[in-house]
Amino acid sequence: MSLHSSFTYRKAVDRGMAGLCAVFFALAFVPLISVLWLVISKGAAGLSWGFFTQLPKPVGEEGGGIGNALIGTLFMVGIACVAGLPLGVGAGIYLAEKGDGTFGSTVRFVAEVLSGVPSIVVGIVAYALVVKPMGHFSALAGGVALAILMIPTVARTTEELVRLVPGSLREASLALGVPNWKTSLRVIIRTAMGGIVTACLLAVARAAGETAPLIFTALNNQYWNVDPRAPTASLTVAIYNYAISPYDDWHAKAWTASLVLLIVVGLLNIASRYLTRSRLKGAR
Amino acid sequence: MAEAAGNLAVEAAEENRPGPGNVGDRVFNGTLWALGVMVLVVAGLIVLNLALVARPLAKEHSLWGFITSSEWNPVDDRYGALPFLYGTLVTSALSILMAVPVAIGLALFITQFAPAKLGRVLTIPVELLAAIPSVVYGLWGLFIVVPWLRESIQPWLGRHFGFLPLFQGPPIGLGFLAAGAILAVMILPTVVSVSVEVMKTTPEANREAALALGATKWEAVMLAVIPYSRAGILGAVLLGLGRALGETMAVTMVIGNSPRISASLFAAGYSLPAVIANEFAEAVSDVHIGALAGLGLILFATTFLLNAGARILVTAVQKGPSRISG
Amino acid sequence: MKKFLMGLLLVAGSTASAQSLLINGAGATFPAPLYQKWFSEYNKINPNLKFNYQAIGSGGGIKQFSEGTVDFGATDAPMKDDQIAKVPDVVHIPTVLGAVVVAYNAPGLKNLRFSGETLADIFSGKITKWNDPAIAADNPGVKMPDQSITIARRSDGSGTNAIFTDYLSKVSPEFKTKVGSGTSVNWPVGLGGKGNDGVTGLIKSTPGSIGYVELAYALQQKLTVAEIKNKDGNWVKPSIESTTAAAAGVEMPADYRVSITNAAGKDSWPIAGFTWLLVHKDMKDQAKGTAMVNFLRWALTDGEKMATPLDYAPLPQPVQERVMKTIDTLTVNGTKVSAK
Repeated sequence: MSLHSSFTYRKAVDRGMAGLCAVFFALAFVPLISVLWLVISKGAAGLSWGFFTQLPKPVGEEGGGIGNALIGTLFMVGIACVAGLPLGVGAGIYLAEKGDGTFGSTVRFVAEVLSGVPSIVVGIVAYALVVKPMGHFSALAGGVALAILMIPTVARTTEELVRLVPGSLREASLALGVPNWKTSLRVIIRTAMGGIVTACLLAVARAAGETAPLIFTALNNQYWNVDPRAPTASLTVAIYNYAISPYDDWHAKAWTASLVLLIVVGLLNIASRYLTRSRLKGAR
Repeated sequence: MAEAAGNLAVEAAEENRPGPGNVGDRVFNGTLWALGVMVLVVAGLIVLNLALVARPLAKEHSLWGFITSSEWNPVDDRYGALPFLYGTLVTSALSILMAVPVAIGLALFITQFAPAKLGRVLTIPVELLAAIPSVVYGLWGLFIVVPWLRESIQPWLGRHFGFLPLFQGPPIGLGFLAAGAILAVMILPTVVSVSVEVMKTTPEANREAALALGATKWEAVMLAVIPYSRAGILGAVLLGLGRALGETMAVTMVIGNSPRISASLFAAGYSLPAVIANEFAEAVSDVHIGALAGLGLILFATTFLLNAGARILVTAVQKGPSRISG
Repeated sequence: MKKFLMGLLLVAGSTASAQSLLINGAGATFPAPLYQKWFSEYNKINPNLKFNYQAIGSGGGIKQFSEGTVDFGATDAPMKDDQIAKVPDVVHIPTVLGAVVVAYNAPGLKNLRFSGETLADIFSGKITKWNDPAIAADNPGVKMPDQSITIARRSDGSGTNAIFTDYLSKVSPEFKTKVGSGTSVNWPVGLGGKGNDGVTGLIKSTPGSIGYVELAYALQQKLTVAEIKNKDGNWVKPSIESTTAAAAGVEMPADYRVSITNAAGKDSWPIAGFTWLLVHKDMKDQAKGTAMVNFLRWALTDGEKMATPLDYAPLPQPVQERVMKTIDTLTVNGTKVSAK
């Protein structure tokens, strides 16, 4: 075998494998384009002012919308933010600042465990913790379930971000006579804040797309609701109910509601990306 | 930045004496510690509640009996986890088989074969895939993938490979195959992004050494990148598997909701999260609820082990020593 | 800060509810189209009263009502004695009659008929193909395809399921032993659909499938329905008339818990059933209890008129009169509610 043909063979393998990887890349594109194309093309037709502002109508009646579901999602995600973000961010700061001992390692390990809990299991827990004692389904129970889902990811990302802040900043601040706690708050965390907000936005985007834990915590509601003690509609549960129904007009509504959900999640992701970019630009 | 610190310093000199033991530090540290404890409390509440809810099950069923029985009988309150374990296993295995080769190929393309600037852009579609909510995948699966399977793929598979028990039975679209396919799409972003991270940590020196010795790009990958990142890629696969196990909505919309064990991929089945989602709101007897919570505990334990294992592998690669050959 | 925000939310929530009352209920999908209509119409007459009804299946209705997580329940399977033991003050209020029909998706086969035994064998998994001799015997002269049967049945706890399995258990002792009857049974075969909607959707989209759904769903979605041989040996079509005939000779017990499957009578539909609302005999919440009693009165009078257009059969006259008297005995905190 001459050196030349062996090299040709190796080159061919190289080209072939590169080509295969490119094919795989295209393959991954197919479902993405399929989903996005279908949601947009099937869902856009149903977009109207009425869709956003009206309540759902009973089967067989024309019109109606997901106004209450949209408000319900925003409401429960809001509750989740209030209940979960301070705890998540705080725990992340704790792990970054004080988390090097055995207790810190335990907390870190437990946060890792929590991040792997399937959302349906969190739903069971929220049912036992909130729905049973309260005696009925509620937006609060849904919000608590979402909060439990948000805490671990926010904590871990916050810890990483705070640790990334250069040690020299802390040393400089301490050298100037600033007490440790003020250094942590006003110097270290302030620097990491942009990243922390990004992490929170991404956690919110994920919470907005959750369905399983809401099914038996917040149940559903045909009407407008901003009472945390009452059951609440949500965008994701609405999509699910419309999708598994046999009615064609409800199927159309499922696509339109999916479009709305994708827009909401998309906006949150874009906002977090924008913040990252401006933070990197403005970093000193 | 220096200005801000300077202001703080002036404040500090006027207000507090710096150093351990001052009130500010104690309050701050105390609050942080309390937040750390809260995380433990939340985790404890989860495990405790699951165990409490599952307790009535233990009165009539042994652990081994529960795991190995395939009877799901709410009328007589006899429950077995086997059909759901089977369904979860089959759909997850299917999704790994379909997604991992594509994911590794994709990760290699992004990190090795594409120009560096393009590589950053190429991660955008992957992130988009990850951001799509589960119920939207379920909707897409129900109205696009299931009919496609029922009308094109399953008949074709039945005609050409019908001698295998895997591809026997009437093509109904819904079932293990549909769930596995949609799960593959859903876990792809997870496996890709972790693999990309891991591959990026391969020391450039290793790759350049291989190239300097006359290797083609592909050979450099096989010699330098893959052996180094092998453990990390395994970690990525485990993370993807963990995600597949816990996925609820998309699976419950296309798997057929039938607690039966069947050799055929065309058959309808059930998964652990799907049965909990469908039956929890209406399980009346404490034993039924306990059985569902028991399934939740099994799910929790499995995903925990997978995630712990994955984390160990991924961090080991990111911190460990480098080797050229494996 | 968190407490302040929670306080704000609670105040906002309670001011909202001071002006309108939300009454939560959950249960059967069987009567859901009619109930949705009722609640929507009643809300037009009384804009302050909002009935939030979630159709999660009869099993869910019974459970949530027993746990007290909803104010009223709805079920087509009357509560069993051990279930009533948990909520001893439950009152079953029958509202309308419905029919469970056998619908199928077999293009070209328009008017199939099944006897009870054949149905039992299909749904127990004994008969697996459309061209089985038993089906051919029920349909002489019809060319049946050599195709597998796909069963569509309920995955959730269902009153429709209870009525259907109750009928099959009555006509086939083998079915009774192998599968049994109730809101949830151990189905040996079949795709599981959630709610009547889910099963309807499965039948619609799966060629070669057969399942059981409430009449209103089958008619609305234009599913092909089968004729069934009733107890008297006649082939009957499902309709409001045959449903009403099934209830004609019913011996209604004091607590209204009765089954009318496999009813005698030459025109009787063999898989008919009552459906009930579950309420407490003595309701504790003044506003909600009063609203509930007044709604029940409206439903059992004006509401009954809306049943037929939506393909449900109104209660037989004697039953309706008895129910109105029962409603009058319901109390709120010990006091009866006078008619408006």
